[in-house]
Amino acid sequence: MLNQYETVFIATPVLSEAQIKEAVGKFKDLIVASGSELIHEEHWGLKKLAYPIQKKSTGFYHLFEFKADPAFIGKLETEYRRDERIIRFITLKLDKFAAAYSEKRQKKVNAKTQKEN
Amino acid sequence: MTTNSSEIRYLTPPSVEVKKKKYCRFLKSGIKYVDYKDPEFLKKFLNEQGKILPRRLTGTSLKYQRKVSQAVKRARMIALLPYVTDLMK
Repeated sequence: MLNQYETVFIATPVLSEAQIKEAVGKFKDLIVASGSELIHEEHWGLKKLAYPIQKKSTGFYHLFEFKADPAFIGKLETEYRRDERIIRFITLKLDKFAAAYSEKRQKKVNAKTQKEN
Repeated sequence: MTTNSSEIRYLTPPSVEVKKKKYCRFLKSGIKYVDYKDPEFLKKFLNEQGKILPRRLTGTSLKYQRKVSQAVKRARMIALLPYVTDLMK
């Protein structure tokens, strides 16, 4: 039984571009390797935090959307906790309204990136 | 005869308040899902200190008020909205 999930994490701002890519790649590999289906991915870049976390006022936001087995979520979150580069994360199961909304959002994001290119 | 017999005249005309009916913006515009990733939208439901406004002020229906409050709390978790602040707007 596969559910649709969405996860957002914040990585520390001390990392360089390459290190961020590496961290994102690590979690992407983790999702793909678990046999889950990666639907969507978004990098929001360096954003200001609304309040300081671990004495840092900015962070790199990244979003994944995937279909996975519920057992995988525990593994993913353990991996988040072990990784010192991740300062905050949130994982949600998407219901049908959320899924419809995110589909719309993806189209918007894709249209935007195409316009830029 | 003069015309000012039965007419009551005020120095300042009494203000007649026309009450504007409140409505739920989610029901009206058909929004089914409240996104926690959009802090600018959620700010409409917060006061200056970042507290969630009551239903009696915003007019949101109970069903969507619950979703709004859930979304605001999620947005606070990932630091898109502050837990406490002064002069947010």
